[in-house]
Amino acid sequence: MIGDEGELARLMRAGMAGDERAYGAFLRHAARIVRSFAQSRVGHGPVDAEDVVQETLLAVHMKRHTWRQDAAVMPWLYAIARHKLIDAFRRRGRHVEVTIEETMDTLVVEESERARPWEIERALESLTPGRRAVVVAVSVDGRSIGEAAQHLGMTEAAVRVALHRALKEIEKRYGRS
Amino acid sequence: MADPEMNTDKLISALAADAKERPTSLSLVWYCSTAGAVALAALVCFAMVDVRSDFATAVESWRVLFKFAAAIALAIGAFGLAREISRPEGDWRAWRLTLALAPALLLAGVAIELAVAPVDGWLARALGHNSLTCMISILLIGIGPLVLLLLAVRHGASTKPGLAGVIAGLTAGGIAAGLYASHCTDDSPFFVALWYSLSVAGLAGIGAIAGRYFARW
Repeated sequence: MIGDEGELARLMRAGMAGDERAYGAFLRHAARIVRSFAQSRVGHGPVDAEDVVQETLLAVHMKRHTWRQDAAVMPWLYAIARHKLIDAFRRRGRHVEVTIEETMDTLVVEESERARPWEIERALESLTPGRRAVVVAVSVDGRSIGEAAQHLGMTEAAVRVALHRALKEIEKRYGRS
Repeated sequence: MADPEMNTDKLISALAADAKERPTSLSLVWYCSTAGAVALAALVCFAMVDVRSDFATAVESWRVLFKFAAAIALAIGAFGLAREISRPEGDWRAWRLTLALAPALLLAGVAIELAVAPVDGWLARALGHNSLTCMISILLIGIGPLVLLLLAVRHGASTKPGLAGVIAGLTAGGIAAGLYASHCTDDSPFFVALWYSLSVAGLAGIGAIAGRYFARW
């Protein structure tokens, strides 16, 4: 269920301990929560709700050590989402403004809006070919770290390091490339 | 090569695969940077100046004790708040009473001095003997610690990086003022409220600018 604080905190704790499966489940829950938060606030403006979701997830990942494991996870998640939403509007030089008319148009417009590339793909393009290949193998091709290592002829440790550095770089470049 | 479409599900796969990369705990970084800040400040301070020769008798005076009390209150209150707002959901109101203690002590000290000191001595007490040295010393002692504290702020995720920088500057200022107070022989609360505060404000200003650029995320 979306918004189940106890379950979400349990998954996050397991994820922080290195459980990839639990962490993936946490991130999918978090994505749904942030998506409905962002969609209700961007309207049909210059900001794409899904870009905010992606940027929030990146920040959640890179800053996950700022969550206190004995505290509630939801306020922490919303604080990051709000910060990234405001940031997205600031970058586009607009304030959050949503009219009723625009909200009604949103459903129609969303289909064609996707012509613009994801912000994250632009960040992906700025990576070195080696790091980019690792990210693509793990995310787009859906390979495990072990499979990616075999596929790319690298050690697992090297894949992990390259992936981690690539994600850090994507987070830094996101929306600025 | 066609652009690989990176949608949210795929991003999640990449992030989940990175779960084994364990980040350093924020508390640990705060403790290390604070311990380092105090040690560095002490090192710089006692390399530059000596403890006042009459230290043993001076600490019996209420004015000297007041100097230390105000500095320690500032350092502790600001440290607590800096840690709090280095987390995204941190609430700056959490530590406001503790942080208010330092200016309250300062005001109380000034009020007592106004009551007990003769009016024609006010100016001399406020100007002291070496106000410029005092100001510059506190800035020099505090700048290294400020950098260390800003590293901790940066490791965190403050939604108000400028404010977090100000508070880090106040923490560094409190530490530096407390150490420098062991050397400084200008003990009047007038002097402390004027010159010590100016230095601490300077560190807070540097922290504000540095925080905005350095602790953004």
